[in-house]
Amino acid sequence: MAERLRSLRPRRVAGPAFALAIAIAYPFVFSSPVAVNIGVLVLLFALLGTAWNLLGGYAGQISFGHAVFFGTGAYASTLLLTKLGITPWVGMFAGAALAALVAVVAGLPTFRLAGHYFAIATIVVAEIARTVVRNTDAIGGARGLFLPILPTAAINYEFHETRMPYYFIALALLMSSLVVTVLVERRRVGYYLLAIREDATAARSVGVRVLRYKLAAAALSAALTALGGTFYAQYVLFIDADSVFPLSLSILIALVAILGGAGRTYGPLLGACLLIPLAEITRIQLGGTGRGTDLVIYGALIVLISVAQPGGLVALVDRLRRRLRAA
Amino acid sequence: MEVIAQSAASGLLLGLILALSAAGLALIWGVMDIVNFAHGDFLMLGMFVTFFAWSLLGLDPLVALPGVIITLALVGVVVYFAVIRPVLRGSVLAQIFATFGLGILLRGLAQFFFTPEFRQVGTTSVSGSVAVGPVYLGKPELVAATGAVVVSVLLFGLLNRTTVGTALRATAEDRVAAELMGIDTTRMFALAWAIGTGCVGAAAGLLAIYFPVFPDVGAVFGLLGFVTVALGGFGSIAGAMLAGVLIGVMTSVAGVVIDPAYKFAVAYALYLVVLVLRPRGLLGRG
Repeated sequence: MAERLRSLRPRRVAGPAFALAIAIAYPFVFSSPVAVNIGVLVLLFALLGTAWNLLGGYAGQISFGHAVFFGTGAYASTLLLTKLGITPWVGMFAGAALAALVAVVAGLPTFRLAGHYFAIATIVVAEIARTVVRNTDAIGGARGLFLPILPTAAINYEFHETRMPYYFIALALLMSSLVVTVLVERRRVGYYLLAIREDATAARSVGVRVLRYKLAAAALSAALTALGGTFYAQYVLFIDADSVFPLSLSILIALVAILGGAGRTYGPLLGACLLIPLAEITRIQLGGTGRGTDLVIYGALIVLISVAQPGGLVALVDRLRRRLRAA
Repeated sequence: MEVIAQSAASGLLLGLILALSAAGLALIWGVMDIVNFAHGDFLMLGMFVTFFAWSLLGLDPLVALPGVIITLALVGVVVYFAVIRPVLRGSVLAQIFATFGLGILLRGLAQFFFTPEFRQVGTTSVSGSVAVGPVYLGKPELVAATGAVVVSVLLFGLLNRTTVGTALRATAEDRVAAELMGIDTTRMFALAWAIGTGCVGAAAGLLAIYFPVFPDVGAVFGLLGFVTVALGGFGSIAGAMLAGVLIGVMTSVAGVVIDPAYKFAVAYALYLVVLVLRPRGLLGRG
């Protein structure tokens, strides 16, 4: 009980509450469609990065294949809607459950692999999935799937007049993923995951069931990622294998988390706040030339950060905070 | 049947080049336990160097080959000191992302300077094809594959018959023990990058004889490279070469027998199956 009360101390709540207030105010202050769109993408990738963080950051299993879970969520809810008329609000949980199952099935053989071998295995699994989806005509094949345009209504998960509702749905999804992260962090399972990351052999020798907890982290991470996939399908109203299963998406998800700070609660959020506007603005300003200027900036930034600040942005914030306190 | 023999033969010729480039990746991976995720983009870079040597200087790809190898080796050394050395003490995450970012940067630069269009080295000293039984082999492909075998033999000689090669292998075996024996491991790491990217340059120069050049050309070859090395076994250059040939033949035959769309998926699936059954790869140690 005392532990619980302590966790509600004003200092620990002030930061997140302030960030939440900014997030709520943002679309009212910057209400142009472009600005709201960037806001939606920041929240979506913060959600995806936070989901990735559970497996990649806490459990230390570096995945470059999270697009599989994103695509599973997008395709599951969309197919349930178009073939059976089931609302995406139900479909998104079906997608999350399916993605968790995919994570366990893919994880059983691949979690035996360590380090680079695991990372490459995740790429390979995602590329196989993309190839299969792209070439299966029963689910749209290479042409992809268009979602039916339904009247604007909360129950339809479609809003055509303004993007504002999408913004707040994304915010709610992000907040639930952060709550899940905090809950995992403070429970025994969170410590087990850290132990697995630091030394799997040592963790096993003190009785941590390594495979079981890796699978649990993967399933949770996959389910949250799939919710983002359904959201994307409802937001864009068109999906195909190359937009929801590509390697570049998997890398961006991991990058958001690593740039911000892997294994830290708010790391992915911080990473998304920097990386997504930067990517969007360079793409809007320079992408039209087709010359890849956005790729140059993006690539140079990644190299610079991994060389100069391997701990991510959170480590930088920590240092600034310590300096302020000392002054 | 003839179609399968034909595709197996052309897969073999491509596989020999894939094997050479994978050997370069395996060398770096083995000596310092770093996966160069920019591998495919180094290959792209080498192909562009070959192309411009032909289009601007009028050099035949075979004549330009030593120059391409040296250029890429120099790029490798620069990358080692500028990017890899600073992240050596960092986490595995930082290492993976440093090379990943480098790959994206190289691809972006290629798109920026050369645009995404396809280019092809035009007239070369070889053209036409020869018939071997029922199978037709393109002369450019044959010359490129022969070149890959020659460079591979030279690489083996360098690693197994020279003092420097022995020092490299010692560093790969046990970094600390090598240091105690008086081997300067920083120099060995830089050398591994030079030789590793030099091999990629050789593969690129040979591939460019008949394969089109464009900024994204490294994407598929890079991924196939990782799969090849892991399949061959950690630190085993012979394994990487065996796996390269195997994957070249398999993808080519699968493209005919199953479906062209699934040819790479078959190689990826093979990777998963082999690693699950034999986690250390085909010829891996340990």
